[in-house]
Amino acid sequence: MTLLNQKYTSVEDAIAMIPDGASIMVGGFGSPGTPFALLDELLAQGQKGLTLIKNDANEPDIGIGRLIRAGRVDRLITSHIGLNRVAIEEMNQGRLAVEMYPQGLLAEKIRCAGAGHLGFLTDIGLETEIAQQRRELELNGRKCAIEPAITADFALIHADVADTYGNLAYRGTAINFNPLMAMAADKVIAQAFRVESPGGLKPEAVHTPCAFVNHVVRVDPATSEQGIRAHAV
Amino acid sequence: MPSDQERMLARAAREILPGQIVNLGIGLPTRLFHYMPEDLEVLVHSENGVLGCQPLGLGVAPDYELIDSGGAYIGTRPGASVFDSALSFAMIRRSRVDVTFMGAFEVDQQGNLANWKIPGKFSPGIGGAMELAQKVEKLVVLCSHNDKHGNPKILKQCRLPLTAPRCVSLIVTEKAVMEVTEKGLEVIDLADGVDVESLRAATEAELIIDESRLGRF
Repeated sequence: MTLLNQKYTSVEDAIAMIPDGASIMVGGFGSPGTPFALLDELLAQGQKGLTLIKNDANEPDIGIGRLIRAGRVDRLITSHIGLNRVAIEEMNQGRLAVEMYPQGLLAEKIRCAGAGHLGFLTDIGLETEIAQQRRELELNGRKCAIEPAITADFALIHADVADTYGNLAYRGTAINFNPLMAMAADKVIAQAFRVESPGGLKPEAVHTPCAFVNHVVRVDPATSEQGIRAHAV
Repeated sequence: MPSDQERMLARAAREILPGQIVNLGIGLPTRLFHYMPEDLEVLVHSENGVLGCQPLGLGVAPDYELIDSGGAYIGTRPGASVFDSALSFAMIRRSRVDVTFMGAFEVDQQGNLANWKIPGKFSPGIGGAMELAQKVEKLVVLCSHNDKHGNPKILKQCRLPLTAPRCVSLIVTEKAVMEVTEKGLEVIDLADGVDVESLRAATEAELIIDESRLGRF
């Protein structure tokens, strides 16, 4: 784990730790919670052959949509990509391998990894198409299926406020997958609009304790404006 | 004269009881917000992680980090909470959401629902529909009675991949309100201007109809 006093760094240095072929969890449900500045730096630095794990594929010209459009993503593990026609086209053309899970199972597979477990048992999806790919068993007289946990090499997280130790606080519905992914990946890079000195966040205001976070960077809120434009519904 | 959709929404809104926790699916069901009386005390759940959302008031500036699962900017009402996605689905799987409304490609007389995939044509992913369909006690389907080619959507047996088996409680279309019962699919309300013969002709499922008890909407 990274030492407490060595976590606060620059966007460039943090993203430079990611090699080609890495698996990366990316926070966000649609735009809120998506770490746009970290993703744009990943696009600029050129890493390729990536596996991304994100609830959705953003939209074609923002967030992970930019990485998919640039051909840098080989595989996407997700729940719903209906708002990204480019991702759907790449999937249909066989250029992007897409693995889809019901949203709550995806969240739980990540939460489970973050809790240090290998998987869990569930009755969700029995008697549907998704049941065909799973191992089923009986527990206490009830049928259920094994859902393995999902881990990743990296997680890219968006928080509202952080401190330099890596404590994180989220805001509104930007929480979504972020605290789960921050616990499930081997190396965690978090961006925040504000980074305080230790003590700047009250202990009870911390959603993700710093023990799970390797690197913290401060980003300008304007870097997330792409998401604001995309969501003017 | 209200449109078909307006009548369906007004009828469906009667299924929401004071004090309940309600999930509104993407699309038509989201419009139910505008059919609930203003003083109705309910909390609306959105699966991205909010309980107690409401449409953004006119002239209110949107908060960029506050959306519903359809991607629309929202506000919150007193008593609201926000939480992560794992907790949001724990709330669903533990059946703490009382009633949910969603659309359908097909529904059948056993209450099976198909609304996420048309093999070879449409497969953007299932999102939160599977867990909502399987675990929310009362699932109300809001859909057109027939597809755009006139084919029935209320079937004897679903043909598309299921969202969940035996999960639907009530179906509201522009022609009728139908309840899934142990005996089969029972018509409880007929839309104004629709008669029993034309309803049967537009439906593949076997319908149980007791004309002496039929309501109108």
